Order: sequence, then structure tokens, then C-alpha cells
Amino acid sequence: MGKMPNWADAVLVPVISLLLAAILSALVILAIGEDPLAALQLMVKGALGSSYGWGYTLYYTTNFIFTGLAVAVAFHARLFNIGGEGQAMLGGLGVALACLYIPWPHWALALVGATATAALLGAAWTLLPAYLQARRGSHIVITTIMFNFIASALLNYLLVNVMRPKGSMDPATAKFAEATHLPTLHDMLAPLGIAFSKSAPANISLVIAVLACGAVWVLIWRTRLGYEIRAFGHSEPAAHYAGINATRITVATMLISGGLAGMMAINTTMGEAERLVLNSVEGAGFIGIAVALMGRSHPAGVLLAALLFGFLYQGGAELALWTNIPRELIVVIQALVILFTGALDNMVRMPLERLFTPRKPSIKKG
Amino acid sequence: MTPAIELQGISKAFGPVHANKDIALRVLPGTIHGIIGENGAGKSTLMSILYGFYRADAGEIRIHGTPVTLSDSQAAIAAGIGMVFQHFKLVENFTVLENVILGAEDGRLLRPSLAKARKELRALAEDYGLNVDPDACIEDLGVGFQQRVEILKALYRKADILILDEPTGVLTPAEADQLFRILRRLRDEGKTIILITHKLREIMEITDTVSVMRRGQMTATLPTASTNPEDLAERMVGRKVLLRIEKAPAQPGATVLDVQNLCLQDATGVARLKSVSLSVRAGEILGIAGVAGNGQSELLQVLSGMRPAQGQVWLNGQPIDIATPRADARTRRALGIGHVPEDRQREGLIMQFSAWENSVFGYHHDSGWQRYGMMQNAAIRQAAAAQMHRFDVRPPNPALEARHFSGGNQQKLVVAREIERHPQLLLIGQPTRGVDIGAIEFIHQQIMALRDQGTAILLVSVELDEILSLSDRIAVMFDGQIMGERAADATDERELGLLMAGMAPAGGA
Amino acid sequence: MDYATLLQVLDSTVRLATPLLLACLAGLFSERAGIFDIGLEGKMLMAAMLSAAVAYVSGSVWLGLLAGIGASLLLAALHGLASITFRGNQLISGVAINFLAAGLSVLIAQDWFSQGGRTPSLTGGARFEPITLPFADALAGVPVVGPIYQQLISGHTLPVYLAFLCVPLTWWVLYRTRFGLRLRAVGENPAAVDTAGISVVGLRYAAVMICGLLCGIAGAYLATALQAGFIKDMTAGRGYIALAALIFAKWRPWYALGACLLFGFLQAIALRFQSIDLGGITIPVQVMDALPYILTVVILAGFVGRAIPPRAGGEPYVKER
Repeated sequence: MGKMPNWADAVLVPVISLLLAAILSALVILAIGEDPLAALQLMVKGALGSSYGWGYTLYYTTNFIFTGLAVAVAFHARLFNIGGEGQAMLGGLGVALACLYIPWPHWALALVGATATAALLGAAWTLLPAYLQARRGSHIVITTIMFNFIASALLNYLLVNVMRPKGSMDPATAKFAEATHLPTLHDMLAPLGIAFSKSAPANISLVIAVLACGAVWVLIWRTRLGYEIRAFGHSEPAAHYAGINATRITVATMLISGGLAGMMAINTTMGEAERLVLNSVEGAGFIGIAVALMGRSHPAGVLLAALLFGFLYQGGAELALWTNIPRELIVVIQALVILFTGALDNMVRMPLERLFTPRKPSIKKG
Repeated sequence: MTPAIELQGISKAFGPVHANKDIALRVLPGTIHGIIGENGAGKSTLMSILYGFYRADAGEIRIHGTPVTLSDSQAAIAAGIGMVFQHFKLVENFTVLENVILGAEDGRLLRPSLAKARKELRALAEDYGLNVDPDACIEDLGVGFQQRVEILKALYRKADILILDEPTGVLTPAEADQLFRILRRLRDEGKTIILITHKLREIMEITDTVSVMRRGQMTATLPTASTNPEDLAERMVGRKVLLRIEKAPAQPGATVLDVQNLCLQDATGVARLKSVSLSVRAGEILGIAGVAGNGQSELLQVLSGMRPAQGQVWLNGQPIDIATPRADARTRRALGIGHVPEDRQREGLIMQFSAWENSVFGYHHDSGWQRYGMMQNAAIRQAAAAQMHRFDVRPPNPALEARHFSGGNQQKLVVAREIERHPQLLLIGQPTRGVDIGAIEFIHQQIMALRDQGTAILLVSVELDEILSLSDRIAVMFDGQIMGERAADATDERELGLLMAGMAPAGGA
Repeated sequence: MDYATLLQVLDSTVRLATPLLLACLAGLFSERAGIFDIGLEGKMLMAAMLSAAVAYVSGSVWLGLLAGIGASLLLAALHGLASITFRGNQLISGVAINFLAAGLSVLIAQDWFSQGGRTPSLTGGARFEPITLPFADALAGVPVVGPIYQQLISGHTLPVYLAFLCVPLTWWVLYRTRFGLRLRAVGENPAAVDTAGISVVGLRYAAVMICGLLCGIAGAYLATALQAGFIKDMTAGRGYIALAALIFAKWRPWYALGACLLFGFLQAIALRFQSIDLGGITIPVQVMDALPYILTVVILAGFVGRAIPPRAGGEPYVKER
């Protein structure tokens, strides 16, 4: 078998996959009669050309870091958590409960509290799928998909029938109290003398997201739990041989995964909307899949991939605003990234491996 | 006479590994031809080429004098070649009949095919003594019968050349004898049979001619009558083989492991262990002999904590919990029980982990390797490098992933990890399966050295030679039971063979 | 609920079960051959869009149907390429296909019609018309049975009858033909098929393409029969419900019919009633929405008979050395 240097596996494969996705996307843009280069320019300008653009880009990035990390952690245990969407919805519920029903004296305390409840409810939403996978062998991909729909129905019910303020037509909760409002990047950077757009939604959750990257790195590569998660992911029989409890690892991994997905809600629900609305997740749970695949399940990779998707998201919104290209282009790009970095991985990898295999065959001893 | 099979200059490489190199072979029709060689010598690759499963990189194949291109299995079947793989290729939830017609149906509808096959199977059963219920589901059949289905599949396809790859590996000696009777009958009807095995006894017993393979090359082809086991063994490994290693007599101490009435049922309710009782003392090796699948694997799994069971087990006089699911491999290790698993690639190592990460696998809870849940990677790396040096693991690079080591060096990684903990009791399963000769000797020496330091060792191996040369006492397992126990210097292969077949030898205890 | 209402609900059950049934049988072919497919949703969506677009432009529902099937087949081929040829992760491939369809369908519809990602409404020959079975109106007066025949059995569009015919057809193909035997074998043990000299790749592609064909019909039905045109995200999770039904049915054709009718019935109830009053306890409509998914989780948990998927499902086939 061909063997590639690690750097090629970590960098070259995703970059080539991304290039392939970009080329195909350019073709799509051409096909609908627009100029791909002009579109790219517009995206760069809209997403990175102003602090307003950056503010949105980083806001989306924050979401995708959380959901990307959620999928990545599960991938390390060879669990495909496709339920980030539902877990993030439950996270939103957690944030709403914390912000609506607890009188917080200060936003910092509210942030800690809401992060905890968001993570808790997000994690709780994985408990049953994780347990069923570990003890009954129910395929976690299917159960987490099902739980997305159940979460959506549950939230729909709660927002329409229970949490909606009297007299309001919106399926949404009341506005959170002033004390729970999070500082935006504008608020945070102003004391440093840096001017940042006041209307952009990026907020302190970004810092928490970046910290979460570090925490996940430590978890996976430095802790005993991480060691066990990776061992379990690579080989279940070997993990069993080593005395690693499959149920414990499956449940622990999924709880962490769901918790991370749930934490996304502090950004959207607490940081931006300041109330819980029906579609607060907006597909970010699914984008996490693309982010984790692209980032090779490594926190640094997830960070970069999340930034890329944050850029695509904001740039795509600008495109939809100024050209004939609808926002759905981003969904197509996202699909292509998942396709090339996930499903067609071998198509990219096999020629590369051949490139790195020494020409002269040598006899392997053994 | 025109040979039934003639191979010339067959070569096949997988990446940098030459599995077959310039192979030549002639097999006359109506004979049984054996191909013998060590694991990894290239026997199975060669037969897969003959069955169109792989395409040779170079070389020519003639069947009954006609050059053929075996581009796929269909072509091989058309050329009259049938194959019985080591791991059966049967659809488990299909009936015998459905498996037999799969790929050899007449027409697009099943009904006529099934009716025809039913008639034909009856005829084949009469001709060759191959009786199997055509409507039985494969998963309900024993391995011996499943193998018959494989033979029937080949015969139904009008094969007149039959290749069997390690056919006796999963059979009891009695089932193997039955298989050999069938093979002789097939030969007498004019079929040509190729038998691939690494067991010298089988070659001597049934073949007319034999070829020896070593490291991808065919080193000799000769009439079986003109050779003997020692000669074949030497040709197989390329030098004189010591069939028994030199060892000092054991100095057994106190009883370390005591097992009483160990019973185990699998998920389907079949008894895998039937009231097994045995004991191992400090400084001695108890060998467990038996045909694969007679409960040895389960015994190792239960003792190592991978599977709960019923019964009593004492370690150094202390009863240990074997019944609850909490009795896992981790607690067993903490008690001082080491375990070299039967399948190092599936269980013993994480193939994608580096050698140093593997060096604490299973012991990653130890205080030296982790503190407050954080792995002490620097300490582990250092210890692993020293350990690899002591065990002569090549290449001595702790950062290399386990999958990039050869089979022998992988096994050294596992053995080093388990031995260097100086366990009270070491459980060893198939220590040298798929390991090259040099590493075998090294591993055997390490096991002996550990014994001499006073560790109690329970050795499970399907290689009778290995059991005989390492063990101080030998227990034989058959159908989940201990059939008998012998001192190693007071028994021989014949007696053990009878026990392995579930028969108490005449005059035996 | 009076008799007339019941008939109406059942009638709408049949309509709503049809796309589920087609997609479920599609998944059955694919998964029985060992290729997991969570991309049913995407294939249906793409087919819905293209069938509506072509039907609108050409004015012919038949051309629309063909276009829909073509679109679905393309995505099926992509799934085959990823999961059979390049031995990729079948689940990830399915996810990618769902997104690809979600994005492309709106993109194309917007580019062609500039109506916010929908197609114009279809009328006349661009839609499947209800078929009145013989004597339906004449027998309508017969008590009890008459209305059943007239309302429930008669008066559906062609794809509905096609979908229900597909059930015995699928059963027959699977259990009575050579192709079916090989298809089931390749999903259980591809090595057995390979050593018998049959192409694993060929069989699996065939299964995946049949899956594409059926999803294509399902999608076209959504846009040209059940509704009159394509709107964004119009499959609304039906692909996943079909997947749930497939598990519910334990990968068997007749059971699939039952599961799809049940899930269709739940949808029909949810569509008709905002909440259901069961002797004092009010069940909100969201429970009806969630019920198929909850039932599937219960089935997967193995509390109501275990669902054992095809043994080789999800695993790319690699010849062993």
C-alpha cells in the first residue's frame, strides 16, 4: 500500500478536495450566467472587506467551530453524529431556559450558566442514541437523524404552545433580559482602541469557540479519555481487549459531541437573536459535517475549515444580495466539500499515494 | 500425459511485496497435489491467481494443455476450476440450494434452477458421499457441512480441478479424515485436486505429489513417496529446523491459577466451555492443544476478562470475579494477568497508533503513564524506545505506526508489552501465527525466560509442534471440554491427536 | 370521525404514502445490495425540481417524469461512484447528495424561472391527472363498499397505482428471479458473489440505479401529481421517513407497504387535524409529525422485534488477500 507523508495527508488532500469543489462551483456559477471571478471578488469584499463583513463571517465561524468540533470528536470514536442540528436546537432551549427564568446579575455569569445549560441539553439529546448504539446496536446515524426531526417537532411545540409570550404571533420566546446580553466584538475591541462594526453579530462566543478548540485538542491527544476514544475508534475489538468499556466511551464521546453542538446556541440565541426563535440553527449542524471532514477531525483543521465556511456563508449572503446567485450556492459548495473530502476521499487520495510511493519496488521483510 | 494444470513464470506483486515470483508448476490429472509452505509463503496468492481472483503480473497458465487467460472467477469456472476457500464464501442466511446455484443459475427465474440443482445434488451425494440437506440454512450447519457445500458448489459447476485452501484448519481430525475420504473418491473419479496446507502430516497422508513454497517462490516439486516430513520442513523454512527447543526442566512453584468448573454459553445458547477445570503453577507452562474452535479462544477470553462466564477462578488463592460484566480486562490486568491475544492485528494492537502509544495499550491507567487523567507521553515514549531495543523490534522507531511493522515485529511489540510487566500469570494465544522463523525463535526464548523467572504461563496454540516444544504440561480441548492432560515428555503427537478428536486413547488415563 | 371523513383521511393516506413507498422500495433495492442510502431525500428533491421544470417547459408530464428520473439517476450514479468505485463512506456520500440536491434544485429553478427557487404552477398536460377506474361513479351509490371503491381506490394518479404495483413486483424480483438472488447475496456476503464469478460492482450499480429510478418517480410524483409544481425543500424529510419505514419494514417489500401506509396515515392525520382529542388528552399536531421518527427509534432499539440490516450493508467490498 502506498504511504504518504503525514503533512500530505493533513494538508494536500483537503486542499486538493477544496480546489475540486471550487472548480465545480465556478462551473455552476458560469452555468447560471455569472462570472465566477467577479463572484469571488464580491464574496471576499462582502465577507472580509469590512469589519461589518468580518463580524458576520466570524459570527458564522463561531457556529461552525462548535458544530465542527462536535462532529470531529464523534469521528474520533468512529461515531457519525449527524444530529448536531437537533442537539443545537436543544442547546437553544437550554440557553432560553437559563436566560428567561434565572435573574442573572451580570452577563459573564449568565454566559457561564447558559453555556452549561446549552451543553447539558445538547448532550442530553445524544444520550438515548448513544446508549442505543452501545447497548442495542441501533445505528447512531439513523437514530440521530430521527432525533433531529423529533427535536424540531419538540421545539415547534414548545415555541408555539408553551413558551410564546401572550399576544405574540411569532413562534419565539420573549426577549432575554438586558443583563444577559453578550458583549459583541465591537464592545470588546473598543477599549483597545480598535473600531469594529457595531451592527455585526460576532460576539464573545467566538472566544469560547476558540477555547473549545484547544480543549478538544487536549482531550483527544493528551488525556486518557482521548486515548481511549481514539483506540475505540480505530478498533473496537482491540479496545475491548484493553479493557476499554464500549458503552462508557460511546456515551461519553456522544455527550461531549452533543454538548459542543449545544454550545453553539450561546452564539446564535444569546449572542445574536437574544431570544429563542424557531430556526435558530439554520443548518449549522449539518455544516459541521463538512467542517469536520475538511478539517480532518483535528481542532486546528476545524478552526480553519469553520473560518472558510464562515467566509462562504457571509460571502454567499452578499452574492445573493447583489447578484442573481441565490444563497443556495453555498449549500452546493458545502455538498461538494463533503463529497470530495468525505465520500470521494479515495479518488483524491489514491493518485496522491501513487505519487508518493517509491518507484522501485523493494521486498518487504516479514 | 498432458498436465491438468501447467503454470509457467507466474509472478505477482502487491506494491513492493512480491507474493509470487516466477512460479512453475505441473499437476497431472487424477492426482492429489499438495502445496506446502509457511504462512505468507504465497500459496494462497498463487491459488487466487489460478481461480481468477487476482491477475498475475506475468506468466502463463495452461489447463489440459490449452493456454487460458483467467481474467475473473467466471473464466476459471469455465475452465473447470473450482475453489474451496479457507474462509467459506457462503451466504449465511441462504439455503444450501440457493448457495449452490448462486452464479450458476439456469435462466432468469429461480424455480427451474432450484429444481434442477435439487436433482443434481442428489446425484452428487450418491456419487461422492456428499450428503447435505439442500433446504438447510447455512448458518444452521456445522463447519464440516459448510465445507461440503463449498465442494458441492464446485462440483455443480462441473469443476474437474478442485483447489482446497487450508481445508482442515477448522475441522476436527475426524472431520478431516472424512474430508480426505471424499477427496480420494474424487481423485479416483478422475478429478485433479490441489491441497494447500502448512501441515506436513496432511501432505504425507493424502497427496501424490507435493510442491514447497518459500517466500513467494516454488522451491521444490517431488513425489510425496520420495520425501519425509523433516525434509519438507527443511525445504519450507530453508534450513534445518529444530523441532523442539532446548529447555531446562521446569521448577514449578505454588499454584497461581486455579480454574474450577468454568462454563460459558454464547449468545445463541450453545455451550462453548463445559465445566473446564485446570491449574497453572508458578514457573511452568501449561499448553492447551486442540483444533481451532473447540473453546480455547473462549477460555482465553474468559480468563483475560473479555467475557463473563460461570465457575470459580482463583489467582494465588484469591477468588476473582468472572461472572459480572464489571469483571473486565482492565481489572484482570490490575491483578497481574497479562494477555497476548490470538489476533494481534485485531485485538493486540491499534494499527494506526504509533509503537509508543501501543506500548501502554491496556495499561494506560497505570500511574506511571497517566496522572489525573492526563497521559504522560514523554515518559511513555522513552520507555517504549528502551523496550523496543530490548526486544530487537525493527525498525526501532517508536513513532512508527504499528501497521508499518512486519508481522513478527508487531508480535514482538505485543509480547514485549505483556512480558515486561512481569505478570503473575501470562495468557498467550497463538504466539507465532504468521510470524517469520527468526521472530518465532526469539519469542519462544522470551516465553521460556519468563517461565524461568517464575511466571505461570497458559499457552494456547493450534500448532501441535509449538505446544510440544514449549509446554511442561499439555491439556487437550475438544468441544469445550478438557479431554485429558499429559506431561509434555510423556506424550506424543499421536496420543494428542486422538484427544483432539474427542477420543480417549486406548489405555489412556 | 364520521365515515366520510375517515374515507377522506384514508384517501389522503394513499396519496401521501405513495412517495414514501416508492422511496422506501428504492432504498430497499439499494440496501439489500449492501449500499446504504441516506440520499433518498436528495434524489427525490432533484427529481421533483427537474420533472416540474421540464413538464412546465414542454407541457408534457411524461417528459417531466423522464427528466426527473434522469436527474435522480445521475445522483444515484454519483452515489455509486463514491461508494462502489471509490469505496467511500456511503453515509457521507448520502449526506453530500442531499445537500447537493437541496442547493442545486433551488439554484437551477431560480436560474430558469426567477420565481424565488420555485417552478411556475403546472396545469393540464403538465400534471398527472386522476384516473377514474371503470364503474367508479356507477358503484358510488352502493353502501359502504361503493364509496371505498369510488374515493379510495379509484381517482388516483398513475404513479400511485404504479407505486402499489411495485410492491408485489419488488417481492417477485427479489425472491423469484436470478437477479434478486444475486442482489440479496451481494448485500449479505459479497465475497460469495465474487467467487461465484459475478461482478459485485455490476450488481451494486444495478441496485443503486434501480434505487435512482424509483426515487425519480417518487420525486416526479411529488411535483407533478401530489402538488402542482416544485417549491424549495418540497420533499420535507420524506426521504428520511422512507428510510425509517425501510427499517420499520425490516427491509422486506410487503412490510414496507404496511410501514409506508402507517406513516402516510400519520401524515394525513397531522394534515387534517391541528390537534387530536383523545378522551380529555389533547395530542398536539407535532406529536403526529414526530411519531414516525419515534416509532423508528423504538424499532431500532429492538423493543418491538429486532431489525437486522443486510450483513454487508455499508461496507465497501475489498477483495481480501
